[in-house]
Amino acid sequence: MKKLSVIAPGTCVKIKSIHDNALKPKLLEMGLIQGNEVKVLFKAPLGDPIAIAIQGYTLSLRMDEASLIEVEDLTHSSTLI
Amino acid sequence: MKVALVGNPNTGKSSVFNMLTGLRQQVGNFPGITVEKKTGSFSYQNNNYQIIDFPGTYSIYPRSNDERIVYDVLSDKSHPDFPDVCIVVADKSNLERNLLLFSQVYDMQIPIVLVLNMSDLARKKNIEVDLNQLSVLFPHAAIVETNARVALGKNRLIEAINMAKVTSQDDYFLGPLDTEAIRNPSIQETETTKRYEKIQTVLKKAITQSAHPKSYQVSKLDKWLVHPVAGYFIFAAILLTVFQFIFSFAAIPMDWIDSQFSTFSDWLSDVLPQGVFADLISQGIIPGIGGVVVFIPQIAILFFFIAILEESGYLARVVFMMDRLMRPLGLNGKSVVPLLSSVACAIPGVMATRTIADWKERMITILVAPLMSCSARIPVYTVLISLVIPSEKVFGFLNLQGLVLFGLYALGLISALLIAALLKWIIHSKDKGFLLLELPDYKYPKWKNVGLMVVEKVRVFIWDAGKIILALSVILWALASFGPGNDMENAVQQVNEKIKTQQIDEEEGEHLIASVKLENSYMGYLGKGIEPIISPLGYDWKIGISLISSFAAREVFVGSLATIYAVHEQGDDNERLVDRLKREKRNDGSAVYTLASGVSLMIFYVFAMQCIATFAVVKRETKSWKWPLIQMGFMGVLAYLSALLTYQILS
Repeated sequence: MKKLSVIAPGTCVKIKSIHDNALKPKLLEMGLIQGNEVKVLFKAPLGDPIAIAIQGYTLSLRMDEASLIEVEDLTHSSTLI
Repeated sequence: MKVALVGNPNTGKSSVFNMLTGLRQQVGNFPGITVEKKTGSFSYQNNNYQIIDFPGTYSIYPRSNDERIVYDVLSDKSHPDFPDVCIVVADKSNLERNLLLFSQVYDMQIPIVLVLNMSDLARKKNIEVDLNQLSVLFPHAAIVETNARVALGKNRLIEAINMAKVTSQDDYFLGPLDTEAIRNPSIQETETTKRYEKIQTVLKKAITQSAHPKSYQVSKLDKWLVHPVAGYFIFAAILLTVFQFIFSFAAIPMDWIDSQFSTFSDWLSDVLPQGVFADLISQGIIPGIGGVVVFIPQIAILFFFIAILEESGYLARVVFMMDRLMRPLGLNGKSVVPLLSSVACAIPGVMATRTIADWKERMITILVAPLMSCSARIPVYTVLISLVIPSEKVFGFLNLQGLVLFGLYALGLISALLIAALLKWIIHSKDKGFLLLELPDYKYPKWKNVGLMVVEKVRVFIWDAGKIILALSVILWALASFGPGNDMENAVQQVNEKIKTQQIDEEEGEHLIASVKLENSYMGYLGKGIEPIISPLGYDWKIGISLISSFAAREVFVGSLATIYAVHEQGDDNERLVDRLKREKRNDGSAVYTLASGVSLMIFYVFAMQCIATFAVVKRETKSWKWPLIQMGFMGVLAYLSALLTYQILS
């Protein structure tokens, strides 16, 4: 398992879980739900925040927030879709 | 009928609001709290509709004070603003996330209309929604499609409101909302997860094709606009253009307003019967109103550009690019707009901080915003610069006076950033700042929305700042018009005798009388009273009077100096005043306005919170006396110490 914060732009991943945190309800509300797929689109000039595609819209979030999100590569889980 | 308008940000909610109400809009506050309440009205087939536009939110559970009002109103049937019908605006091209909020409101069993807006965007993305399926899933909701940007679907929407009103609401999508959830994040987590699971299942039936993240490509515009190098250059170029407009082109209407008001008050003092009442109107109230109106061009131009940038989707990218740079300073990417606005006026700047969800980041932004050089400081800087800075070229092409003006702006900006970094260590908060920001698709700005935003901001400025500036103008007028005992009358008598014996012409005589009146007024005594405090900065009591007067608005400093030195000002031309000030001598024969005292005054104006309207807005926005007092205190101390240091070094 990896954190969303280490995923390179252009990569698609699937959300595994979100760490317990005061922000968790907000992350869920924005559609960062277990099982949803996200694509990292680009990073801000200083590498932080990042922009991701989720549920058909673009969301930006800080590295701190992205590191609360555990993801897995799509190739490993393709049989589960 | 009372109608509530809610929805996610970037769904075209304000377009729907503008489509329904046009110019019939008002901005106020919800009773007891500082959340802006936008209301509007319209009638259709002899029925009247009152509509409240609520702040955009992704969920009924709030993450900022602004969003809390949505829950507070919709969950409380006895609330005066509780609606008869609730409209939920959803982005048709992104239904999954939009249906979260919709299903929550649906389960509150309020008569509800689902507006599938931005149908053009959905078509472009090849997304088809089966409306029949949706109405099977949400039986008590009236569902309509609109494209509010081009005002398509207005009548359909109104008919849906009427229909929703009479439909019975006895079913749930997921089940009744847990009343504990608002206080309990883990209940929210469970509920949100369950809702999304159900939404995803039902959307499979209702949507023919949904946009998959895998197929999402970075847009061409984003490749440039958030590019590590080009992105900042483009942002800098846009800023330069905006400020060029604010400072060069706003000057034309501002000069015009200025001269109209002074002509008007001259005319009034001629036609009104002489007396206190005439003076109150021509010298207190009319200049007070003029002092408010004169800032409208700058504020309108600034918000015109901000509205365009926001409407087009670019502003979210600015937040995205600036966030990392602002964070070490205890600020947020969202602090950029409030700080920029403060260059025109700190009042709309402070109000624009409402979008910052984190309490600490918002508070720091509010506290440092008035350090940005606002437009009311320009007249003060202009007079002082032409007074003590020689007009010569440096390095052969740079004008020294222009350079000093630039330096004052830079000083304001740099100190704002440094103090923000300092406040980051002082202010404690248990919450950690965060940024969860949608980057909406780029689109052409809609001019009607831009225009309405400008009108709204100007209106808020006039009411919020205007009434305070006006009230203080009247108080300051009274302080300057009346004096203790018979001092004033005696002084005027002496001058009258002097005028007779020395045969001074009428106009000069009038200015002399005005000058001694001010000297012997309560204001004059205040100025003399603070002289011991301000003399280490190089100021005398005459400057003291002007400092006190400028609490209404900084630019009053100039007019006040003109009165005390008995100079007749002509419009924007300060030449006479500057000449007179240059000749002003102390008792020992040395000049009052030297490089040292002049620069010290400029520095004082960079830092001092000489603006009671900002004080009042900060008090309202922070809902406490504590923060505006702290702010006025630290800015005052900073101003005093830096001015002291400047004067002592330069003299």
